[in-house]
Amino acid sequence: MALVLTLDETMLVDSARGLFEREAPVTAFRALRDSGEALAWDRSLYAKLAENGLVAPNVAEADGGLGMGTSAAGLIMEQSGHVLAASPMLSAAISARLIAGAASDEQRAAMLGPIVSGERVVAPALDEAARHDPALLETTAEKAGDGWTLTGSKTAVIDGFDADAWVVSAMARGVPALFVVENGASGLSVERFAAVDSRNYAKLALSGTPAMRLGDSDASAAIAAGLDLGRALLAAELLGAADEAFTRTVSYLKERRQFDRVIGSFQALQHRAARMYSRLDIARGVVLKALRSLDEGSEDATWLASLSKATMTRLARDVMMEAMQMHGGIGMTDDFDVGLFVKRAQSAGELLGDDHFHTERLAAGKWGL
Amino acid sequence: MASQAQERSASDLNSFRMKTRAWLEANCPPGARNVPQKMDSGYWGGRNPEYPGEDRMAWFERMAERGWTAPAWPKVYGGGGLDPAQGRVLKQEMQRIGAVDPLQSLGLTMLGPALLKFGTEEQKLEHIPLIAQGKIRWAQGYSEPGAGSDLASLTTRGEDKGDHFLVNGQKIWTTYGHKADMIFTLVRTEPDAPKHLGISFLLIDMDQPGVNAKPIRMISGNEHFAQTFFDDAVVPKKNLVGEQGRGWDVAKYLLTFERSMMGESIGGSAGPSVADLALDALGKEGLAREPGLRREVAEVMMEIWSNQIAAERMFDLGRVSTLSPFTPNVMKLLGTELAARRSRLAMSLGGFDALDRDGRDAYQWLQDPPNCVAGGSNEVQLNVLSKRALELPEHK
Repeated sequence: MALVLTLDETMLVDSARGLFEREAPVTAFRALRDSGEALAWDRSLYAKLAENGLVAPNVAEADGGLGMGTSAAGLIMEQSGHVLAASPMLSAAISARLIAGAASDEQRAAMLGPIVSGERVVAPALDEAARHDPALLETTAEKAGDGWTLTGSKTAVIDGFDADAWVVSAMARGVPALFVVENGASGLSVERFAAVDSRNYAKLALSGTPAMRLGDSDASAAIAAGLDLGRALLAAELLGAADEAFTRTVSYLKERRQFDRVIGSFQALQHRAARMYSRLDIARGVVLKALRSLDEGSEDATWLASLSKATMTRLARDVMMEAMQMHGGIGMTDDFDVGLFVKRAQSAGELLGDDHFHTERLAAGKWGL
Repeated sequence: MASQAQERSASDLNSFRMKTRAWLEANCPPGARNVPQKMDSGYWGGRNPEYPGEDRMAWFERMAERGWTAPAWPKVYGGGGLDPAQGRVLKQEMQRIGAVDPLQSLGLTMLGPALLKFGTEEQKLEHIPLIAQGKIRWAQGYSEPGAGSDLASLTTRGEDKGDHFLVNGQKIWTTYGHKADMIFTLVRTEPDAPKHLGISFLLIDMDQPGVNAKPIRMISGNEHFAQTFFDDAVVPKKNLVGEQGRGWDVAKYLLTFERSMMGESIGGSAGPSVADLALDALGKEGLAREPGLRREVAEVMMEIWSNQIAAERMFDLGRVSTLSPFTPNVMKLLGTELAARRSRLAMSLGGFDALDRDGRDAYQWLQDPPNCVAGGSNEVQLNVLSKRALELPEHK
């Protein structure tokens, strides 16, 4: 599919942008952060996003979704990156993909609708180490009567605090499998993790915790698909955040006066800004290509997800450093918004693998280096 | 309705692909496949063509007969009349079998598109078919010894003599100037006008006593460039492209093609990838002992892939006319830097053997940096992006 937005996608982007600007400007995120609210996202905003079809638009029509694909989910995440909208959209899209990949027909029918409608927040719990390492899976599942119990621990659980349920990976009889754990299950402890970006994260400890298995076979492919999707969506969000920080920086270069002239007239700053502009222009294509290839199920989709995540992690980091530097002292103050973008870029860059992880993944996996 | 039309056009395109594939298989001789796509070994045509060997000559003639040397140009001007999607299919199918470009030509890549936009009907009918048929070899006369990055300060002058211009001055970095038949040239015709407004775009026949070109030997040893001297060269008025004094508009338009081409050439180049070169040279074990080198290989591979995607997006956006006018500057800037980075890496991978004066690695390593200067230096690209894309103010 062409690397150009379709008419439907353009309309979706416009409506998402409008809604985010109206209902979730950066000031709303700042107010939420300052309120100390433990959930770290806004229920009424999330309900509005769901009403407008912005939650997990990748869910197939047959499963109660919009069936607009990963591309649509990514384009929405890009817009959310512009305003730092704190809502569990990322976890919804990933969990929905995990469920769609592993669940029985009956389970899909029961579980996906409530995610799309925003009624239930279901968080993916895959990682077990501080540095993303999907090969590490030590949580174990034991058969217990008709069901299963899980024992182990999970970290970096996106939107994991006070979720209604979690999709948890574990080893079941020697193969990776996916399970659903309900809030309030016995032997489950959920610890809120306060991160720099003031989003909702949790660590889970599971000890003989009752769980429902999704499907009954090896879930490796479903987990891989969920990771690919999550990586591409994070890349899209990082693109939005980096683009916003860059645009704000260029505006500042045109306003700030020193030595009797606007600092944007200095070639030393102009060329650095032009380099950021150039890298963002290239990255836009890379992110869209990754989203498109996931929708097409192309052979390279998993590698393009890594390429997009590596590219955007590095680029967003560089853009944020330049944004802080070019804003000078004011860029380092908490009152100014640049710092909020800097922090989000760091978290989103880390989640599901940073640039080092994905460069290594491509080097070894795709190119056999 | 829309989806039916889309399906029909997809199936048409697929049948075009199959026919093209079969024709290429039957008509592209072995000697025109999987050979290095280097400037010096290509077929350039012209009034006194250099014979490229039997297979490449046959390949050129067969492609030229169908107008596929210029696949997307209108048939009336000797092109292939393909639509952009068909043009891309042809390119992909040529890449699939490693077919070289049948004709190397600045007429194809630079002058032709500018003539199609700015030329009169007479100019189009006179010059474009000769380009597509490889009958005239063109050179570009832009830079001067005193006008490099500051191109608009050029001083080669064209005196208006009624039915012709009399041209005097000197150009430099004229690609293959000493082998070309004609040269498209920027000439100052209104010495008193502001510097961007006094320039005209002239087509000058080099086969006359007033034009002389002398090759320049570069650090790679090649002689692609020349100095071109004009001493009372005569240029009939019919060879003025665009309005008199508005040659800068033609020049800028033409430069966008040059820049896009320079920027995306790294992604389209045939031959083994850097990863394959690295594995051949050092093996997995050797690379594991040098994690820094291995990382550089991976990063260059990632950047090249991104460049290919950017070229694909540039094509897609161009088809629906939503391409940013600044993307060619971006491609030129990052693409030429990337090419130079890749050839430096190839030198490291080759080690001592890569230092071979006559070897491919050393040649490429010395050949790539000039592209960071040519076509408007990369600093000029950064200036254009700063001032025009970002609208940052001039320093006063």
